[in-house]
Amino acid sequence: MSTTQSAAVAAPAPPAETTANAVTVRGLTRAYRSRRGAPVLANRGIDLDVRRGEIFGLLGPNGAGKSTLVRQLTGLLRPDSGTVDVLGHDLVRQPSLAPRLLAHLGQESSALDELTVALAAETTGRLRGLSRARARAERDAVLAELDLEPIAARPLAKLSGGQRRLACFAAALVGERPLLVLDEPTTGMDPVARRAVWAAVDRRRAERGTTVVLVTHNVIEAETVLDRVAVIDEGRVIACDTPGGLKARVDGAVRLDLVWRDAPPADLPVIAALLPRAAVNGRRWTLRTDPDEARELVAAITAGPAFAALDDFSLSTPSLEDVYLVLGGRQHGWAK
Amino acid sequence: MGQVTMTAVSAATPGHDAPAPADPAPPGPAPLAPAARLLPALAAIYRAQLSRARVARMPLLFVATFQSLGIMIMMRGVVSAGDSEASRAVVAGSSVLVVAFVALNLLAQYFGRLRASGGLDHYATLPVPPAAVVLGAAAAYASFTVPGTVVTAAVGCALYGLPWTHLWILLAVVPLAGAALSGLGAVCGLLAPKQELATLLGQLGMSAALLLGVLPASHFPEVIRWVRDLLPSTYGVEAFARTFAARPDWGNVLLDLAVCAGVGVVSLAASTWAYRRAATER
Repeated sequence: MSTTQSAAVAAPAPPAETTANAVTVRGLTRAYRSRRGAPVLANRGIDLDVRRGEIFGLLGPNGAGKSTLVRQLTGLLRPDSGTVDVLGHDLVRQPSLAPRLLAHLGQESSALDELTVALAAETTGRLRGLSRARARAERDAVLAELDLEPIAARPLAKLSGGQRRLACFAAALVGERPLLVLDEPTTGMDPVARRAVWAAVDRRRAERGTTVVLVTHNVIEAETVLDRVAVIDEGRVIACDTPGGLKARVDGAVRLDLVWRDAPPADLPVIAALLPRAAVNGRRWTLRTDPDEARELVAAITAGPAFAALDDFSLSTPSLEDVYLVLGGRQHGWAK
Repeated sequence: MGQVTMTAVSAATPGHDAPAPADPAPPGPAPLAPAARLLPALAAIYRAQLSRARVARMPLLFVATFQSLGIMIMMRGVVSAGDSEASRAVVAGSSVLVVAFVALNLLAQYFGRLRASGGLDHYATLPVPPAAVVLGAAAAYASFTVPGTVVTAAVGCALYGLPWTHLWILLAVVPLAGAALSGLGAVCGLLAPKQELATLLGQLGMSAALLLGVLPASHFPEVIRWVRDLLPSTYGVEAFARTFAARPDWGNVLLDLAVCAGVGVVSLAASTWAYRRAATER
């Protein structure tokens, strides 16, 4: 609990001004029952401030509590305690208002799978309250924008994973909403489709001030598209800042990855000395250190007998994953 | 072998160094977009569901029809042609069985799958009345049964030498029995805690409609007749079977159809409640 509060204090977000924020979350706590019957806290006192017009990321490994948080933001799940304010409306008291304020792109497409791309977009628009003519006009515009016209007449179930995801994203855009909640929107997409998604998001933000809450566990994506990011671990916000601000916290450090062919040559003193400091993941050892030591280590390893046992190595600047680990995140399961 | 990489900016993802747009956000709560109204939303879901038939349902609709045709041909071995209680029961029961197969069994499976896969979230995050989702799907599944029921009834009349005079009654039997059975199917699919259980319930419901609908009621022991009376499809079968008489007892036909309608109203209301529960309480 104390960590949560300190994280909220550390965040550069201004104090909660409901009207300036698109989303204000305070003390959000939600437990679910595990198979053994004991309650598990999926969210433990989460505080968030998402400003209007911002692309805000929720970053964390699988099982960190991101989806539980999103389900509460979208009115699908009632929190055990805490408040959720979306664009000035209390969604804990009135969860039924959520669909009139935000569009949600979930991870599942099963409700749309057997529809054609065009009908999925049009029907979703109709269900967002658009007239038939308006739904068709918006459908045509969005399909053109995302270059989905060539596959408009194909059922989603027959598409590749990335194309299906893009079609669901198209459906989420029909019937404009001031807040988009996108749960891993680009999973499985090729670079062209990914670019189309971010261009569409950018256009809506520039033209209409649309706010985007983006769930991801892809650190590269988080670093490049987000204005600010909340790092979530074990149901708590452990940091909230711009990607640059977060990375500055581990400034000066570099990451050295060593991948061994087989068993590491632990009998060599230089290698044995590294073992206590390394995060070991199968054949991969990861070390965080300063650039000078990293250079010395690379020289020692590549010049000595350890080189024969080495399959690959890399030296890189810190990523958000390193930030996460430095901040005390214990989970694995990141996508790179 | 070795490489020195600097974390690269993905070409596919444009950077956003600038924070949010500079213009200040308007104060006060944002206006709410209008919610979808019941009938347009119902029509949109109905249309979308009907379009699914082309992709996914055709083979199953054939199965539903062939199952009923097969039963009639098989029963022809023990029931002789000509107007009798047995021949009426076989033809009416087999025809309504198509409705039970599609509206009860397949709809239970559809909602069971939608719930298990998280697909209900899609509808739950749209401003659409729950009744529109359930009624739209139920109406579509009831509509799927029309061709199969008509074909089964027509072939049955030919096979058993029954009059075609009052086959128009199917225009009332299919929607009313369809409403009752699809409501029941939706409840099974939405309340079953596991997808497999939804499938099982749908199959059991259809088996009951088969066993208790196709055989003449007078052949059953008392206890089984009570069970038969509890099954909504029975009233559709009875209403249809009565119209094969030279002078049908229209009062009782109407009464049977009224029971179907009543069960339909109750079961569709229950399925709307079940949908709300399944969509939000997880």
